[in-house]
Amino acid sequence: MKKDSIPQDESSLSSKDMKEMCYAVDENGEYSTALSTGWKPKTIALEVTMNDLNERIENAKKSVLEGKKSPIVYFMERSRMDWSILASYMGKRKWIVKRNAKPKVFKKLKDTVINKYAEVFEIEVNELKNFNENS
Amino acid sequence: MKIVEFQHHQSAHCENGVASNILKFNGLDISEPLFFGIGSGIFYVYIPFLKVNHAPAISYRPMPGIIFSRAAKRLNIKIKRERFSNEEKAFAALDRNLDMGIPSGLQVGVYHLPYFPDEYRFHFNAHNLVVYGKEGDNYLISDPVMETTSVLTKKELAKVRFAKGAFAPKGHMYYPVSMPTEVNIEKSVIAGIKKTTKDMLAPVPLVGVNGIKFVGKKVAKWPKQVGIKKANHYLAQVIRMQEEIGTGGGGFRFIYAAFLQEAAGVLGKSSLNELSQDMTEIGDDWRDFALHASRVCKERVKDVNAYQQLSEMMINISDKERKLFTDLKKSL
Repeated sequence: MKKDSIPQDESSLSSKDMKEMCYAVDENGEYSTALSTGWKPKTIALEVTMNDLNERIENAKKSVLEGKKSPIVYFMERSRMDWSILASYMGKRKWIVKRNAKPKVFKKLKDTVINKYAEVFEIEVNELKNFNENS
Repeated sequence: MKIVEFQHHQSAHCENGVASNILKFNGLDISEPLFFGIGSGIFYVYIPFLKVNHAPAISYRPMPGIIFSRAAKRLNIKIKRERFSNEEKAFAALDRNLDMGIPSGLQVGVYHLPYFPDEYRFHFNAHNLVVYGKEGDNYLISDPVMETTSVLTKKELAKVRFAKGAFAPKGHMYYPVSMPTEVNIEKSVIAGIKKTTKDMLAPVPLVGVNGIKFVGKKVAKWPKQVGIKKANHYLAQVIRMQEEIGTGGGGFRFIYAAFLQEAAGVLGKSSLNELSQDMTEIGDDWRDFALHASRVCKERVKDVNAYQQLSEMMINISDKERKLFTDLKKSL
């Protein structure tokens, strides 16, 4: 990459005043560094990922409202987790966490377990207990 | 608490950046590319059974911590690494180091880092930063991908030090305990290059240039195998792994090209300058691939030919890299 072709596209980095360091060659072919504000292909890749994620969150919400899944699934997706990561944060086996995603099992969970889920998802306990359309 | 003058330098890759900043503080001035090359930082591995963000994992670098460990060994630096069973012990050890004026490297999770843009906050646990001081209950942070230093509260720092999931840091802290009186840079550079050529030319299917070819062939099959929607998602992940913050662009190829240029001077071998130019071209090819792949993602192209074309681009890169690493091996 040539130094003058280091991309300076708009990206989400600007939301935190961040710039990224790149290595590139100058007109004499010498390597040095320069800052980049972002690159469109990367922004697109991130957008695609975020859209997929939002779709997963919406689908999870639907399943919860339809009574097919417990709210754990929705908050797991919203926290960008999968079963392994959530199980790891909960200090539980994956199959147990998956079981807690069944509405019937979820209803019978002890308060201490619900509190732990709320803590992991960084939400209030009642958001888990009283899940609704506006959650 | 001892106040230290810690110079923060931004870097392209976090692990190198932390290492380079800590070593500079301890009187050893080594550039980021040189450190990356000595630590054999360039790598490629495809791990289909490990899913990251619901897509197969691809890594352009070795396991977290390895670059620093390798480079330290080759430069005769003794590094102490500590992991902790609980937060209290982890912070007692950190405070002890800061009291003695020892800036310490930490492995952290990215998801809870408040100074990162939201779009970059995923459960990635192999990020690195330096803590160089404490003011009240706040820790002074030098995160090498940031332009300037940052501050984290103890609570915030505890969250990232004890992030969970794959590669959970478990409070992992590291710092040099002894620095070499003399450094043999030439020998270290040669050792670093040898390891890199060995790994990149490894005769196994999922690693190095073979791994790149393997994924290249896979890409063409994705639309049929997993459907267009998932194929697009996979492709987006490929671009992200390759061009994410901390790669220096082109999946680390430009940092490595910078290293080869510096190595040419260190070893007095002009052939490495030519290889550096070849590596720059390959880095440009990777970026070209990312550019095309992003168009396919964005327009949700349903055309299987588009994937075929991307597949060919990747296979072509694999062939070029095979030639480059073979030439590099011969040049020593």
